Amino acid sequence: MTSFLQSLLGGALIGLAASSLLLLSGRLAGVSGIVAGLLQPRQGETLWRALFVAGMVAGGVALALLRPAVFQPAAARPPLVLVAAGVLIGFGTRLGSGCTSGHGICGVSRLSRRSIVATATFMLTGAATVFVSRYLLGAA
Amino acid sequence: MSPIIALLSGLLFAFGLGLAGMTAPARVIGFLDVQRWDPSLLFTMIGALIVMFTAWRIRARRERPLAGGSFPAAPPAKLDGRLVGGAALFGVGWGLSGFCPGPLLVSLGAGVDAALILVPSMLVGMGLHQVLEGRRRSEVLPATEPPL
Repeated sequence: MTSFLQSLLGGALIGLAASSLLLLSGRLAGVSGIVAGLLQPRQGETLWRALFVAGMVAGGVALALLRPAVFQPAAARPPLVLVAAGVLIGFGTRLGSGCTSGHGICGVSRLSRRSIVATATFMLTGAATVFVSRYLLGAA
Repeated sequence: MSPIIALLSGLLFAFGLGLAGMTAPARVIGFLDVQRWDPSLLFTMIGALIVMFTAWRIRARRERPLAGGSFPAAPPAKLDGRLVGGAALFGVGWGLSGFCPGPLLVSLGAGVDAALILVPSMLVGMGLHQVLEGRRRSEVLPATEPPL
């Protein structure tokens, strides 16, 4: 299978997962929001979030056994860079109310103005970061 | 019913991310590289958006979700600095690591080294926001309830 077709099909599966969550239970498949909701537990809002996260982690376990090649690693980053990246991901997705799944898929497909602006913004700063780290600082 | 749906949706989401190449940070960084652009993840977005766009059309013709409960409220239209600033910071973390939150959870399950550092750091970032947000709220909106 060519990588484009595989990417398209993978995207369709992601869309199907988000669609079923929306149409069956009325929830948005925004991963950062679902995880953050577990840090501030509220009545009736914890079990489904925990199980969604468990499903994603279990999916990772299954993929590692069945198709380990999908976890092809990137060039190693110093641990401190990873810590900074993780904090930026966590803090930024909360301040901006969403990530690639919540804004980029659920929100953009709903033509939400906020999600379209957020998605354009994180793509822009993501591309700028790759440009600076790869071409100005010489990271792999 | 709803918890089972969430579990299966998370599982399917993980398989989709894996198949799409989102769990390969080099692929994600290639997608963000304007000099040597790898467009394959654009197809992932297109595939996901087509299916999800259809789901919103179906949602518009329904009163309630099939398993009960209610649909999410319409998103606010207001743009603000927090939305743009937060998205900008997230993008930097995404570009530095090649990971966003979904693929991070999947990679955690697979025991990927980088995810073992990134996931706890992400939770720290979320916690930090929660603390600062709580402080901001109590400054901007002083308690109006009279003390008991």
